[in-house]
Amino acid sequence: MEQKKLAIIATKGSLDWAYPPFILASTASALGYETQIFFTFYGLQLLKKKLALEVTPLGNPGMPMPMGMEKWFPVLGMTLPGMQGMMTAMMKKKMKDKGVASIEELRDLCLEAEVKLIACQMTVDLFDMDKTDFIADLEYAGAAAFFEFAGESDICLYI
Amino acid sequence: MADFDQELDASGLNCPLPILRAKKTLNAMASGQVLHIVATDPGSVKDFDAFAKQTGNELTESREEGGKFHFLIKKS
Repeated sequence: MEQKKLAIIATKGSLDWAYPPFILASTASALGYETQIFFTFYGLQLLKKKLALEVTPLGNPGMPMPMGMEKWFPVLGMTLPGMQGMMTAMMKKKMKDKGVASIEELRDLCLEAEVKLIACQMTVDLFDMDKTDFIADLEYAGAAAFFEFAGESDICLYI
Repeated sequence: MADFDQELDASGLNCPLPILRAKKTLNAMASGQVLHIVATDPGSVKDFDAFAKQTGNELTESREEGGKFHFLIKKS
């Protein structure tokens, strides 16, 4: 049987949205898929050596909040300085308590499983990003290179 | 309890860690050897079934005992 292929485009750079691409890619690898993730725009944040991913309830009415805060705490309060950091710390603690892997751990598992991580060169140029901030096991490429793999893939996800 | 060659305690770990740890442990085992996995994630019941079907490793046992899930996987 020919090896199945999974292609993922990761476009988001928040702590919560960092999970789907790394969970799916690492699991697919364990199932024998050849997997590539193409990181573009804010997804590039997931490739930093030192991850500084945060989570925000702003513009996200579906996010469950501690102590039912979404019921009585005004949305505007979430814009106060320090709120995002606090929400992020609470989310990380919850994840740890529930045995959910950290993004660093999942990313390492992906690399170990030889998931190919590709950074969008255009995004790097657009935001004047410093390549030395990124992990070493990366390729830099563009849309055409993504299609070379995605065109042959069995599953292609945009996250 | 059937015999097994290696044991993996994935208690307290959540999706997809039990599967990833199991895969890693299986990689270091020989064909025909049996891995016993203990997990607490209820999602792992369906996941190990699906893992076995897709990887060709045989799930010879899947049961719940004392709030924990036990799996036996025979490496293909």
